[in-house]
Amino acid sequence: MELHGRVWKFGENIDTDLIIPARYLNVFEPLELAKHCMEDINPAFAREIQPGDIIVAGKNFGCGSSREHAPIALKAAGVSAIIAPSFARIFYRNAFNIGLPIFESPPAAEKIRAGDDIVINMASGVITNLTQNERYQTTPIPPFMQEIISAGGLINHIQRKKGEGK
Amino acid sequence: MPLTITEKILAAHTDRKEVTPGEIINVKVDLVLGNDITAPVAIQEFKKLGFTQVFDREKVVLVPDHFTPNKDIKSAEQALILKKFAQKYQITNYFEVGRMGIEHCLLPEQGLVGPGNLVIGADSHTCTYGALGAFSTGVGSTDLAAAMASGEIWLKVPSSLKFIYTGQLSPWVGGKDLILFTIGKIGVDGALYSAMEFTGPIIQQLPMADRFTMCNMAIEAGAKNGIIAPDEVSLAYLKGRIKKPYHIYQSDPGAKYAATFDFDVTLLEPQVAFPHSPENTRPVSAVGNVPIDQVIIGSCTNGRLEDLRLAAIILHNKKVHPYVRLIIIPGTQEIYRQALKEGLIEVFLAAEAVISTPTCGPCLGGHMGILAKGERAIATTNRNFIGRMGHPESEVYLANPAIAAASAILGRIAAPWEVS
Repeated sequence: MELHGRVWKFGENIDTDLIIPARYLNVFEPLELAKHCMEDINPAFAREIQPGDIIVAGKNFGCGSSREHAPIALKAAGVSAIIAPSFARIFYRNAFNIGLPIFESPPAAEKIRAGDDIVINMASGVITNLTQNERYQTTPIPPFMQEIISAGGLINHIQRKKGEGK
Repeated sequence: MPLTITEKILAAHTDRKEVTPGEIINVKVDLVLGNDITAPVAIQEFKKLGFTQVFDREKVVLVPDHFTPNKDIKSAEQALILKKFAQKYQITNYFEVGRMGIEHCLLPEQGLVGPGNLVIGADSHTCTYGALGAFSTGVGSTDLAAAMASGEIWLKVPSSLKFIYTGQLSPWVGGKDLILFTIGKIGVDGALYSAMEFTGPIIQQLPMADRFTMCNMAIEAGAKNGIIAPDEVSLAYLKGRIKKPYHIYQSDPGAKYAATFDFDVTLLEPQVAFPHSPENTRPVSAVGNVPIDQVIIGSCTNGRLEDLRLAAIILHNKKVHPYVRLIIIPGTQEIYRQALKEGLIEVFLAAEAVISTPTCGPCLGGHMGILAKGERAIATTNRNFIGRMGHPESEVYLANPAIAAASAILGRIAAPWEVS
């Protein structure tokens, strides 16, 4: 499975309040949350993002609160993947649980620039930067995790498996 | 093999004798927790999967504390989802407004968490209960949904970091200052994926409230959990309170730590974290002139009775600065009641502070004290991220309750000794 998109860059320690401010957490409908995604750090983000775009950020992405609304908002806004040197641990779990693939790669996070066109191969863990003509290796996503992502998250994955068992 | 307290508790919740950092394990949970922001999503997932019962109706805790008393119609609808779920599945530990408190003040107070327990909560500050020698950690809503149904969760065994605090604490220096200082030293990802084990003579002397504060903010260093081994102080707190079996674990001599930090805190001053990160700490003497518009004393970090007592010592016979709003939020109804009995509420009202019913409210910019553009607050809360308490161009400074109270009087960030 390959992810192909244009890059948005963000700095270090992007917290979940920046990803989706708590003042919007009186709803949990994904498209409503998406409207305010990254609003306090880049008000144009939610408006200008194209489906499939990829976020490349600094270390400790997703720190702060446990709100699953954060990866939900990013995914609903159109983000197809996130690359960072490291992720906060609750965000890491939440992202995979809702079917948003994320990749730890310090060199990719450093070298990829805003607007670059990149392709991520989930099975091999190879990130290809078409703009700069570079490749970076990250940890491949194991097949069962790829299944969770293609199902659209853990809950849908379990539902699908239950369906197949019938 | 010698093990840390965290490894022992995790192992005890599997069918194995020991566990090693980095391993993925499946554990049984003793308690799962959700609130009015995270539980609605979990309940939706729970329904989607067609579950017809929770794993144990006495081990699921639902606390509508974030936007309650309901701040608007949408929040009311979210809180209603919790209530309906609690009614349908006969959840024993559902706390309606009036019995509700800020979850991480409430659960220990109600005797719902004991040493050696394994607790997961869909709230990042679930790590608070490590102060009682429990393993507790925050998760998201999907994990909560799965754990409510199965009573289990997978976890990666964290490696442990040991923090040893020695020396002598100065007046007005407490758990909040120790943890802010520590985060300042190691950074907001200094304990990423790890357990923070707080030890040493200073910790042994700390009252329970200060221990809760320290473990509460372990997440602000990226930690999976914070933990303090049980001792006389924690056992005295549990006496007459705890309603369930518990088990006391201690780290073995020779247990392996990824790193050890020795802090002699004799010269440590009260700490203030500057915007927009809890790691931007400075001693109060290095703050300079920072005028403020609002002060919050409360939250799961510092909304306990001991915190209110500290604030009252400072505010006794004083008035809040004419252009400052001081909002005091007791963490639970019980804390509120006790503060009333002790005359603390009278001190606050005489000082012209406002008292709120328990709520997370302003801490996360929900309600009950939102900042306008350009406004500045000092708060005893846990996060000072951009936009955390209101407008993205407002500012939050973090400190202990004595600093917050002194600042309310002077209208700028101030040390307690400047007013007493």
